[in-house]
Amino acid sequence: MMQFMLLFSRQGKLRLQKWYVAHPDKLKKKITRELITTILARKPKMCSFLEWRDLKIVYKRYASLYFCCAIEQDDNELLTLEVIHRYVELLDKYFGSVCELDIIFNFEKAYFILDELMLGGEIQETSKKNVLKAIAAQDLLQEEETPQGFFDDHGLG
Amino acid sequence: MYPYYESDWSVLPPEANRRTNMNASEHGFNPAFNMATIKQVVNEAIERVRMPTPMRLRDLIRQIRAARTAAEERSVVNKECAYIRSTFREEDSVWRCRNIAKLLYIHMLGYPAHFGQLECLKLIASSRFTDKRIGYLGAMLLLDERQDVHLLITNCLKNDLNSTTQFVVGLALCTLGAIASPEMARDLAAEVERLMKSPNAYIRKKAALCAYRIIKRVPELMEIFLPATRSMLSEKNHGVLITGVTLITEMCENSPDTLNHFKKIVPNLVRILKNLILAGYSPEHDVSGVSDPFLQVKILKLLRILGINDADTSEAMNDILAQVATNTETSKNVGNTILYETVLSIMDIKSEGGLRVLAVNILGRFLLNNDKNIRYVALNTLLRTVHVDTSAVQRHRSTILECLKDPDVSIRRRAMELSFALVNSQNIRSMIKDLLTFLEKADPEFKAPCSSSIVLAAERFAPNKRWHLDTLLKVLVAAGNYVRDDVIASTIQLISESTSQQGYMAMQLYKALSEDLQNRQPLTQVGVWAIGEYGDLLLQASPEEDYDFKSPSEEQVIDIYQRLLWSPQNTSTTKQYALMSLTKLSTRFTNTTNKIQQIISSFCSSLHIELQQRGVEFTQLFGKYGHLRPALLERMPPMEVIRQTDENVHTNGDIDGLESQSQENSPQHIPSESNALLDLLGGSEELDIIKPQSEPSKATTISNTNNQDLLDLLGLGPLNDGPPVSNDTNNMGLILENNNANFLPVINNQNSNFLTDDLFTSGPVETQTKSIPPLTAFEKDGLKIIFSFDGVQENNTVTINVTASNNSLFPMSNFLFQAAVPKTFQIQMLSPSDTAISPNGVVTQVLKITNPGHNILKMRIRISYAVDGNPILEQTEVNNFPNELWE
Repeated sequence: MMQFMLLFSRQGKLRLQKWYVAHPDKLKKKITRELITTILARKPKMCSFLEWRDLKIVYKRYASLYFCCAIEQDDNELLTLEVIHRYVELLDKYFGSVCELDIIFNFEKAYFILDELMLGGEIQETSKKNVLKAIAAQDLLQEEETPQGFFDDHGLG
Repeated sequence: MYPYYESDWSVLPPEANRRTNMNASEHGFNPAFNMATIKQVVNEAIERVRMPTPMRLRDLIRQIRAARTAAEERSVVNKECAYIRSTFREEDSVWRCRNIAKLLYIHMLGYPAHFGQLECLKLIASSRFTDKRIGYLGAMLLLDERQDVHLLITNCLKNDLNSTTQFVVGLALCTLGAIASPEMARDLAAEVERLMKSPNAYIRKKAALCAYRIIKRVPELMEIFLPATRSMLSEKNHGVLITGVTLITEMCENSPDTLNHFKKIVPNLVRILKNLILAGYSPEHDVSGVSDPFLQVKILKLLRILGINDADTSEAMNDILAQVATNTETSKNVGNTILYETVLSIMDIKSEGGLRVLAVNILGRFLLNNDKNIRYVALNTLLRTVHVDTSAVQRHRSTILECLKDPDVSIRRRAMELSFALVNSQNIRSMIKDLLTFLEKADPEFKAPCSSSIVLAAERFAPNKRWHLDTLLKVLVAAGNYVRDDVIASTIQLISESTSQQGYMAMQLYKALSEDLQNRQPLTQVGVWAIGEYGDLLLQASPEEDYDFKSPSEEQVIDIYQRLLWSPQNTSTTKQYALMSLTKLSTRFTNTTNKIQQIISSFCSSLHIELQQRGVEFTQLFGKYGHLRPALLERMPPMEVIRQTDENVHTNGDIDGLESQSQENSPQHIPSESNALLDLLGGSEELDIIKPQSEPSKATTISNTNNQDLLDLLGLGPLNDGPPVSNDTNNMGLILENNNANFLPVINNQNSNFLTDDLFTSGPVETQTKSIPPLTAFEKDGLKIIFSFDGVQENNTVTINVTASNNSLFPMSNFLFQAAVPKTFQIQMLSPSDTAISPNGVVTQVLKITNPGHNILKMRIRISYAVDGNPILEQTEVNNFPNELWE
């Protein structure tokens, strides 16, 4: 089971955090800081896996963003790379060639997409089409209940 | 009121809003336009007039990003947080969703946001989908299962799980899956079970994963999900399939009964897998030419769990595993992902020999792969499987050694571990040669473990003494100060033991000492020890040993000592060694005694108390007590060590607990026992050095348990049988000093054993032990519990020594072992030796069971412990007690 997923920039700024295990806020911050420093210090020639406490950390860099997942000992680390890639593909499809700024400004959408791909730390949908369909339908629901035209900045703005 | 927002207020005057309002109603384009919306809009407009519009989410993000300094960012955030707090107080429902979204962004930046928790709940309770979507997102981010607001959210979740909108149900399931606490799991399990039978695949798959998390939190709840789970495998939808497989996997790992129950689905799984690999291209699930790798991997994993230790089930999956292994396209990471999982399954189940060879060969191919990730995975997997099939792995030895040079530190570490696992008596020369080269260039963090492992390997497989000594010397040179103390002790012991090589070693070490030693304290210590003992041999070293070497003169040797003793770079321990050794040389050398005396007496005024003490004491040996000197400083008799023979230990890292138990009476038992005696005499230090060095194998540890009782009785703590670390250097000092005080330095082992036997009459108990074989009561997740029996004593009482050993990599804390027996028995439990088991550590506990009715003993045991804070509870029943217990 995936324990958490972190997205952070090359400058070490956290862009997204998804926790599937309960930790106090303080510990989450400590873990995040520790992993960001460790991963940013690694050279590009190094492999994408590291052992950290009793977990396996799988990370991959896409442009300026690092995607980092913590999985358990008996999980398949190569598959986790595929999960990360699938998530990136979904973001890319949704935003149309996604960049870091898209995720910064629409972080809630990035969470929504992740929640359609994974649930409770496990993959729930292996078809890209189905994930995007679910997201689009929910976006539409949101749009429909927001009275368009009354206030153009009605929703989250 | 909020000066900061007044600018925003002026940008959007209420009239402008009213105008847009009118326009929209005139055109009537809006599909959501009806009386309810009009009402809502009017209400909102009123509230809008009352309150200024809060800043938009994207504007806030923009503003925070525009901050040039951390202080500036802080001030923006603080201002916004203050505003958001005040809106929460004023029950502003229109903008709550926007404010929470902003708060979530602020939370991600690392600012506190806990004050939004209750607001998230209000959003969830709202009827609008936008509110719910943000509310649940906030709940997942801001709450975790430790929060007490959970009772409130449980109610909201219950409502939404019954919603008619699939996406609302979806949101609730998603949140439950992420933050389910045991109480929530109990409260909502029934709802989830109902949703698992929903006709809607979107809900079904989410409910399945929710059930998975619920079972993870509360294993007892598994039963209610069983019926709904079974039907999930007949699905076409891959989402439902994969979540179903995940759920079944968890259930099988949870209870052996369920595992047996699900064995009958193997044919279904095989069929699904076959369809996946044989079916043509399906665009929906294709990942670079492989059909749904996610699902394939999950199925392979489940097959593995079902096939472990079950020949029949394994037989049923041999074919499909072979098919997957041969049919998968391997040019991309996806294909290798599946092969990797397949290899793991092949290795774990009772698969055919040919299949295993195929699996090892796949890993061999992985080792040659350009992708470092795949190389890493291969090394990791080989390490796990090396004890299963060593010879197959040996074939890839050269590739593995090549990985020692990899630029990636993780790969190097794995390669090192694997290399040591592959060392045997045939390849030791070439392997150690490569490993020494690695040791020389290795990062500091590798040096200590690598050098200790080389020493261990050399001890076990050394072809001859000379080679062994040379290797130890090379380790001391290559690893420098990173050498652990056990290496020093074992090197000295070995030199002392190998009488024929002492001159040679003195010469080699003299050569090493003449070179730069700055960062090689351990080498210096061993060097001065050897020269001190065998200085006379050094002077007569025959040139046939080494043509380049010319025997040094006494003066040359003393000069080196002088340099060592005055150099500020040497530690005081090293200097203590050197002083002692120099004193010894005064009896080995003939015409430099005066110079030696001079050097030693100069330490009478040393600022370091240890050195001063030695200086003063040794000076006495040159004055009043000069006549005692030659006798006191005689050569130490060879230090003998009773070493475990290869057969006893293990063939590469794999120790069979039962086997080592039966060794109880073998020689390895003796040192620890004499240790007990020495403990009593207060002089155990000596034996630390003579003990089998740094072999923290189970064999020694387990055999100690018997003594432990004895020691407990006598009020002594548990034996310290770890490898003698860190204070060994001090022990050396002690030996030297004791030597000085006319103390017989080496106690004959046999002698002391005889004494122990005599004193404590532990003999009879041990003969009993031999007759009843020990029993493995429990083994899971690295925790192994062994019962060994002391036989019947008076009143039909049997004493069971419970030994819990931790073979996992993680420390286990709060370890608690409980046992229950039928009413006809009486059980008495003594307190355990510890409540925490470190990796490779053991905890022992004594049970006394009285069986007046001579019944057949059954025992139910419950073990609880925590790994990394996660509590684990295991229960099992032990029925296979040997019959001879009460005979």
